[in-house]
Amino acid sequence: MNEPANTMLPDRSPAAGPVLAFCGVSLAFSGPPVLEDVTFSVAAGETRILLGPAGVGKSVLLKLANGLLRPDEGSILLFGEEISHMPEEQLFAQRTRTGMVFQEGALFDSLRVRDNVAYQLIQERVPDEEIDSRVREALRFVELEETFNLLPASLSGGMKRRVAIARALINQPELLLYDSPTGGLDPVTSTTIIELIVKERDVYRTPSLLVTHRLQDAFTLCTHHFDTELGRMVPLPKGETDPNTTFLMLEEGKLIFDGSLHELIRSQDPFVREFLE
Amino acid sequence: MALDTIDRTAKSLVLTVQDYSWFAYRAFMNLWRPPLYWPEFLVQADIIGVGSLSIVILAGLSTGGVLALQSAATLAAFGATAVTGQFVSMTMIRELGPVLTGVMVSGRNASSMASELGSMVVTEQIDAMRALGVDPMRKLVTPRIFSSIAMLFFLTIVADACGIAGGGAVTVFMNHQNGTQYFAMAWEHLRYPDILQGLIKPLFFGYILSSIGCFYGMRTTGGTQGVGRATIQAVVAASVIIIFVDFFITQILLVLFPAL
Repeated sequence: MNEPANTMLPDRSPAAGPVLAFCGVSLAFSGPPVLEDVTFSVAAGETRILLGPAGVGKSVLLKLANGLLRPDEGSILLFGEEISHMPEEQLFAQRTRTGMVFQEGALFDSLRVRDNVAYQLIQERVPDEEIDSRVREALRFVELEETFNLLPASLSGGMKRRVAIARALINQPELLLYDSPTGGLDPVTSTTIIELIVKERDVYRTPSLLVTHRLQDAFTLCTHHFDTELGRMVPLPKGETDPNTTFLMLEEGKLIFDGSLHELIRSQDPFVREFLE
Repeated sequence: MALDTIDRTAKSLVLTVQDYSWFAYRAFMNLWRPPLYWPEFLVQADIIGVGSLSIVILAGLSTGGVLALQSAATLAAFGATAVTGQFVSMTMIRELGPVLTGVMVSGRNASSMASELGSMVVTEQIDAMRALGVDPMRKLVTPRIFSSIAMLFFLTIVADACGIAGGGAVTVFMNHQNGTQYFAMAWEHLRYPDILQGLIKPLFFGYILSSIGCFYGMRTTGGTQGVGRATIQAVVAASVIIIFVDFFITQILLVLFPAL
């Protein structure tokens, strides 16, 4: 997993069109709308960071992106296919092309780390030897190879998130969805998780949509890159940012910002200013 | 105000029945379409069948014993203590065996299904499963339902046998009656329609208890408190519906087999 196998990677050229596109998406449960007329897209090779305070609909948006929820209005294109009215049976196949990291990891607590990471491969009846080798590779990527035989209950919160990242990566997804991957973690563990996300972004270039309310994590993602020679995350030269990492911001279900880090910092929107300050 | 409450409650009840019917139908139809998770069927059969064996044996033994104790005095007044065996075996096989097993297994397994699936819902494990391309209905619900149906069938036979044995023990050791006579009466008056009635019921009860347990588990909301609420609702609903449905099944079977 240290070197991407180019022959197996999907077409991630910008010409292939957006990997994910929301167009006028609205959703309400029982009460005011959770999302209202949301429009944005994630292009090939792009990392989009969705910012916003708790309860503005960030996680709901992420579940819509994967077809786990359906919008009341608007359309969602995942890999060029409209998924908002797609039958659940077809959605299962579509979802196997994405990797999703849930807020608390959402590991299956009765299964070992090996079986959690290999869950999708086991369903696809991949031979055991291949499963073991691919799981070890994925766990090596998140630096948790020693947890192979452990149950999730014996892992710390940060380790669970790293295993969840390994599970999301194992099938070489064409889109990664991160739901507050650092939420509730201490700063040191958060940095470890962010470093893994930066590593994934710079080594595999998988397009991703990351939800967070932590500005520091978002800025680190944008101002750092993974140095494969040093084997760690290093800051970009002063004033430079990753051109493929851009921001979205939600306020009470409405998308109020879509742009780069520089545009975000210079934004005069009162909500953006309040959030940044 | 009161009308509003009645209106809301009635709508919620109708919606729940509608959701449950759709859920139970989907779970049933999944058995006839691949993929089928056979290892899950076996695991659930072990948990539901082998795991419930001890409580079913104990409940069967005690119920058969109590039936023999209670009936002995009444039958003695008519000089008919000889038919204790017939009374116990008929009651156990036709009615108490299936219903008792259904209610006991509901208490143990409908609750465990609701709490297990409910915990998976609130910790997003169900969403994670869907995100990994696996249908939780096929992977979790269908195996539980069909294992429950199969295992309740066999557990009912065990409960019937234990009930008759328990009644025999009380007849011999406490009522000091003839054991051979007891077992002869229990056997000789038994007819195939009696056994048929006793073995059709657990198929329905197994379906009811597991589908209700899974239904309440899968629609859990509200964190750990919600899991507790779902568990209680599952046990109460499954037990009450089993007793309620038993009345109708008995009626239908009596119409279908008038000689019963």
